[in-house]
Amino acid sequence: MGEQNDPIAELRNASKHYGDVIAADNVSLTIHRGEFLSFLGPSGCGKTTALRMLAGFEVPTSGDVLLDGQRVNDLPPYRRPINMVFQHYALFPHLSVFDNIAYGLRQQRPRLPKAQIARAVDKALETVRLPNYGKRRIHEMSGGQQQRVALARAIVNEPKLLLLDEPMAALDKKLRRDMQIELQTLQRQLGITFVLVTHDQEEALSMSDRICVMQGGKIVQIGSPRALYDNPSTRYVADFVGKTNFFEGMVTATGDSCQIRVAGFNLSANAPRALAIGQTASLCLRPEQIALQRNPSSEDRITIPVTIAARIFLGEHTEYLVKNADLGAFLVLVPRQAEAVEGGFEPGQMAQASWRDGVGLILGND
Amino acid sequence: MKPRFTTALLLLPAAAWFVAMLVLPLIVVFVFSFGERGPAGGYVPAFSFDNFLNLGARWTAFKNTMVLAPIGTIACLFIAYPLAYFLAIRASAKWRTMLLILVIVPFWTSILIRSYAWIFLLGGKGLPSLIAALGLGHIQLINTPFAVLVGIVYGYLPLMVFPIYVSLERLDKRLLEAASDLGAPPLNTFLTVTLPLSMPGVATGCMLVFILLMGEFLIPAMLGGGKVFFVGNALVDLFVQSRNWAFGSAVAVALVLVMLVTVTAYMRFTRRWSGGRDDISLM
Ligand SMILES: Nc1ncnc2c1ncn2[C@@H]1O[C@H](COP(=O)(O)OP(=O)(O)OP(=O)(O)O)[C@@H](O)[C@H]1O
Ligand SMILES: [Mg+2]
Repeated sequence: MGEQNDPIAELRNASKHYGDVIAADNVSLTIHRGEFLSFLGPSGCGKTTALRMLAGFEVPTSGDVLLDGQRVNDLPPYRRPINMVFQHYALFPHLSVFDNIAYGLRQQRPRLPKAQIARAVDKALETVRLPNYGKRRIHEMSGGQQQRVALARAIVNEPKLLLLDEPMAALDKKLRRDMQIELQTLQRQLGITFVLVTHDQEEALSMSDRICVMQGGKIVQIGSPRALYDNPSTRYVADFVGKTNFFEGMVTATGDSCQIRVAGFNLSANAPRALAIGQTASLCLRPEQIALQRNPSSEDRITIPVTIAARIFLGEHTEYLVKNADLGAFLVLVPRQAEAVEGGFEPGQMAQASWRDGVGLILGND
Repeated sequence: MKPRFTTALLLLPAAAWFVAMLVLPLIVVFVFSFGERGPAGGYVPAFSFDNFLNLGARWTAFKNTMVLAPIGTIACLFIAYPLAYFLAIRASAKWRTMLLILVIVPFWTSILIRSYAWIFLLGGKGLPSLIAALGLGHIQLINTPFAVLVGIVYGYLPLMVFPIYVSLERLDKRLLEAASDLGAPPLNTFLTVTLPLSMPGVATGCMLVFILLMGEFLIPAMLGGGKVFFVGNALVDLFVQSRNWAFGSAVAVALVLVMLVTVTAYMRFTRRWSGGRDDISLM
């Protein structure tokens, strides 16, 4: 979606220090108008801090925040055309659900007509699947309901930029799916730019135009979900985005096709980042890049004898945890059609795991 | 059955205290108020409404109390709120404790001694002489309602500061960020979030100060110099000096009734004002 070269917001070498803690470390990031950007990363990696700098609650210790090309480091939050859904909701306990949601609209000058506010609030309540809840008090709502009120309170303002700090963490799967679809609709209909913080990589992969993976206050990689999935730049990203098997070994050859030696196997694949001979690195293979057969295949494939340790039925796919004495345990994803040909495997059975030499990526152990 | 018994047992001391120290004296005062003064003072049983019909004689005391207690409460509120706000929200954690202690320090000496200090400060050789020296004219401060008000604010300020401080301290500061995020400038954030959420503290502080002020006698006696006296002074006079216990009791009963009416009206008012919220009622 995001129109390239039309930045709505930008962090330029922004750092935030809290005493000795470096919550954001030289973060540079351009957010394009209309795009859906996700922050992905483990707890404490600085996602909330990045959002807070954009919203105006934190002034960067160094570096700049830009909105529409203007430096806004010192612009207070109430002057920024940005709304945020807080990780801890921060709903007003002394106001009803309706008044909470209407709060932002009532701050607008010139004042909006009462009827228009009521209509907008009711629509927002419907969007978050809470019609007729307007009169309730906040403490009369469940955790998931409160989270949706927080969401409604932000989207009702139709801001240019909406920051969402884990806005669906407390929702069940079905409701979360509904909210995800609603957010995507809003993005399309109103052209709102979204920045979403999430722990849920599936959510990030399915909703985002781009994903920004963070680690220890730094941005490790930004790219489309596909780019991140297919070409992770580091082992950390590969581990965080989708499931990955890592076979750790020593680099034996570099060049167009890199080679590592893992427990007696010589494995080759592309290396996106330069590696040195002799250093430790890992071959990263996605579970779906590996096939499972009863007999060794005749093709030009790397074939490894394994024992089935566990089977997880996933509907269209079946996931097997398999074990090899030298390589250890790894995951294999078998599509339904393949299983129909080969027949399923039971835990304890022997099988042959194989992949075409050259698939996967060799990544340093950053 | 059993937990109830335990509860009753635990409440027994409080109940006994309540009956012995509050209910019994109230009954005594109520009974006395219909009696007569004995020949040598004290109380002689009787049943007449004369004492109540005579209350008009002490009208000035009631008037002063009913005017200066609310004004004193409001003056305390307007001085205490900004102070509590500063302590709870603006002051750094390092300074906060220090400043809080400073608020309590006056309690370390008796109000009597501190009132003497004010007598000097407001008396002829104090502030008025300084003002005269600056050529700003001669003014009388001591023995005026203003002096009593100064004494009231000085003496009761901490009682107002603390409840407000506690309610502001407990306020979730993230709500202020949320309001700001939704476009509310600082003043609006204060009016729509901070102030309503600190109302429990304001209500508690006002009640505390107001109720205690209704019974105040020391400050008017010392800083009002017998010119500005409260119902409390009338009671001291009637029970201690003129030993007219019966009339004194009638004045006391009248004071209790006035308090009941004002406090009930006030509670009604705050409840309506806060939209019938439970968490904002009296305490
Ligand atoms: N006000 C603060 N004072 C001191 N340290 C802070 C403060 N706020 C955040 N930090 C630290 O900064 C780092 C980044 O915090 P941040 O809240 O941005 O993490 P996060 O990625 O949002 O984590 P989570 O997923 O758990 O919400 C953490 O190590 C945290 O302890
Ligand atoms: Mg966070």
